[in-house]
Amino acid sequence: MAKYLVSVIIENKPYINDPEGETILKDLIAKGGYTSVKSVRTAKMLSVTIEAVDGKDAEDTVRKLCDELRIYNPVVSNCKVEVIGTVQIKN
Amino acid sequence: MKIGIIVFPGSNCDKDVHHVLRHVLNADAEFIWHRRDNLNGYDAIILPGGFAYGDRLRAGVIAAFSPVMKEVKRLAGEGKPVLGVCNGFQILVESGLLPGALMKNNSLKFVCKWTSITVESNRTPFTHALRPKQEISIPVANQEGRYVADPKTLEMLEHNNQVVFRYHNDDPNGSANGIAGISNEEGNVVGMMPHPERASESILNPNGRDDAVMIFRSLLGYMEEQK
Repeated sequence: MAKYLVSVIIENKPYINDPEGETILKDLIAKGGYTSVKSVRTAKMLSVTIEAVDGKDAEDTVRKLCDELRIYNPVVSNCKVEVIGTVQIKN
Repeated sequence: MKIGIIVFPGSNCDKDVHHVLRHVLNADAEFIWHRRDNLNGYDAIILPGGFAYGDRLRAGVIAAFSPVMKEVKRLAGEGKPVLGVCNGFQILVESGLLPGALMKNNSLKFVCKWTSITVESNRTPFTHALRPKQEISIPVANQEGRYVADPKTLEMLEHNNQVVFRYHNDDPNGSANGIAGISNEEGNVVGMMPHPERASESILNPNGRDDAVMIFRSLLGYMEEQK
């Protein structure tokens, strides 16, 4: 068993408006002069450290628990699960 | 005829609901701690407002996994009346008893103010004593009260008469179609963001009105008919 760092990114689906992203775009980025930026969407990220036999096992377990325990709301959000790498075990 | 008021860690409108039922309407109502796994003997269930589990992760999601919710689902399946107010509505949505989701308000702020809603459907146990399009003076107090659903679900809600309440003029949350409350297809499970328990006595209302008490009176009338 090794420890893996897995990232979970929870983003709202395109049909859900994102007032926080809109405020960041309008009131910081556009007002700051970065007119080339056309859209900002906010999201939530969880960094999960998990013991697993390999990367696939780590990803599958995190994916399963996200679905099962409604870590994201499937009505309004998409959820991306990605293995970042192994974590050194400290004693 | 007994009404159960579910108390989650972080509920804070449970006593107000209890007060209206017991002291204003003289009904039999009891508190139920969320760890209870048997709701035999209850004829209706109310999930009150508050901040169960501090709204962590998303409002209502952790409470939706409380042991009592299996029983709430069972009673809902048997056709018993279930009402979720504010955080209670969020819990009903997260537990899959009602469709859609409640997102952060468009203003991104906690909104606490008096508003008014109209009755869109009076086929539920909580609205059958009200007239369609009747206006009710009632307050909202929430940060995650913007009702959303995908276009297909919204169409279904409108088509099946599952929109129970709509904001009258001013939608404080930015909800789809101005929705303030919905029901399941059968009509026995209702969720609403505004707080009828805070508007059931004229002394509490800046306009001296108490029309929201009819939501609870409807329930009692319905339960009487079912006896």
